[in-house]
Amino acid sequence: MSKILVIAEHLGGKLNSSTARAVSAAVAVKGEAIDVLVLADSVDAIASEAAKIDGVSRVLTVARPENAHPLAAVLAPQIAKAAAGYSHVFVPSTTFGKDVAPRVAALLGVAQVSDVMSVEGPHTFKRPIYAGNAIITVEADPAHTVVATIRSASWSAAATGANNAPIETLAIDAALPTHTRFVELKQGASDRPDLQSASKVVSGGRGVGSKENFDIIFKFADKIGAAVGASRAAVDAGYVPSDLQVGQTGKIIAPELYMAIGISGAIQHLTGIKDAGTIVAINKDGEAPIFEVADFGLVGDLFKLIPELERAIG
Amino acid sequence: MKILIGYKRVVDYNVRIQVKPDGSGVVTDGVKLSANPFDDIALEEALRLREKGVAEEVIVVGIGPADLTAHLRNGLAMGANRAIHVVTADAVQPLTAARVFLKLIEKEQPGLVILGKQAIDDDANQTGQMLAALWDRPQATFASKVEIADGKATVTREVDAGLEVIEAELPAVITTDLRLNEPRFIKLPDIMKAKSKPIDTIEFGSLGVEANDHLKTTHYAAPAKRSKGVMVKDAAELVAALKQKGLL
Repeated sequence: MSKILVIAEHLGGKLNSSTARAVSAAVAVKGEAIDVLVLADSVDAIASEAAKIDGVSRVLTVARPENAHPLAAVLAPQIAKAAAGYSHVFVPSTTFGKDVAPRVAALLGVAQVSDVMSVEGPHTFKRPIYAGNAIITVEADPAHTVVATIRSASWSAAATGANNAPIETLAIDAALPTHTRFVELKQGASDRPDLQSASKVVSGGRGVGSKENFDIIFKFADKIGAAVGASRAAVDAGYVPSDLQVGQTGKIIAPELYMAIGISGAIQHLTGIKDAGTIVAINKDGEAPIFEVADFGLVGDLFKLIPELERAIG
Repeated sequence: MKILIGYKRVVDYNVRIQVKPDGSGVVTDGVKLSANPFDDIALEEALRLREKGVAEEVIVVGIGPADLTAHLRNGLAMGANRAIHVVTADAVQPLTAARVFLKLIEKEQPGLVILGKQAIDDDANQTGQMLAALWDRPQATFASKVEIADGKATVTREVDAGLEVIEAELPAVITTDLRLNEPRFIKLPDIMKAKSKPIDTIEFGSLGVEANDHLKTTHYAAPAKRSKGVMVKDAAELVAALKQKGLL
């Protein structure tokens, strides 16, 4: 029977919702146990959040000062040790998981399944390739540990509240390297919803035209309580920071409502939104590829249409 | 310092990928192939480090069939000093690629290995991290800025929460993100010059790397298509439609 170790992602003492999504994928394996591993300098608050996620059997914690920041070179040897006895190690497919999971897989001498979209069996998974233009079914060798990253947009977060899993301290004897050091994290301070987990997202593209013009996107997003995203073109042009980029190489998101404003819809961008519930496209070019995937399309000048939308919303 | 660059050939990013009707793969016959865009960024970064005097030699590495030579010539035309071609007819998975790089590292002793953060064909995003693990050296993935000084790399990384800065002692592995640089265009005289640059050919089998790939791809499918929706005539109609769906 399968035993799954899910690696918790967290920041600032709070559990990231990507963890509960990875737990959903672990539940789909139908194994006998799902344990969540919390590596941090201070684990208590994170562990108690993780213990509430439905389906979690135990929460294991490793509290070390070296774990204050998520450095893959430091975390991977601990995860590789902790993986002993587990059939699967699941990590969210966020920049955190994409960084650390392959390092774990290599230490274990196994391949990694990236971006699991669905679990077809304990060792059979579906994942996207070519920017989501093909979906492959892959079979992992049952003789080895399965290390996989879980595509957050494909999984809803496991419910929380009904569970109260035991929290246990894990003693890991692993020599940790000092060759890699954290310097700083520059975060855009924002009261807006988090792009990756927001139920509504308003994104702007090259059509917005400038950094100053992007204000209209931010204001509209605030009006409807949405997170703000952007196309690669808008990020490359310097309108907004890189952490707002949605697409193949940026964030893959699945909000209930996605509004693409002034975005033409390159396939690399569409990859990032294909799991969205409802897609709205606003673009002055009626031939833009974004309209091929939009549930609702509106052709026109965004600087005229956004104020009209705001008035219509009331 | 030597810099080793992973230089993979992939289906060009402008090609619309078609899955074969029998689910055995994607159509690659006759489609345009190009360098993985992230690998061009890796090579560009190495060339800039060489131009700054930080590095002396830039080596592009390709793993693939005999006809990969033409692709490696492009890397040489862009400015790499020489190329290493690890010849295999089989597609290699990231762990195997990482093991190949480790063998080349043992021989070349580079100060830096720069790889693309992912290849746009398999979108795996693994090889750099795996190599760093096997080599037991630092990794700085998703780099948007690299500074080399005093035996260490200070790397700005594009992470979900913003921009993270880390320090990595050399030698180290860096993987590139999109905004690290804009690769230069190849000029005609450079193509001529590249013809005389050396390409070392190494048979995959001679490296002693085990290619026990643990993953088998059993089926390829086209993604579920979103159906085309409706065009609305104005803002009021759009808001009404979204309100009706409970989205506003």
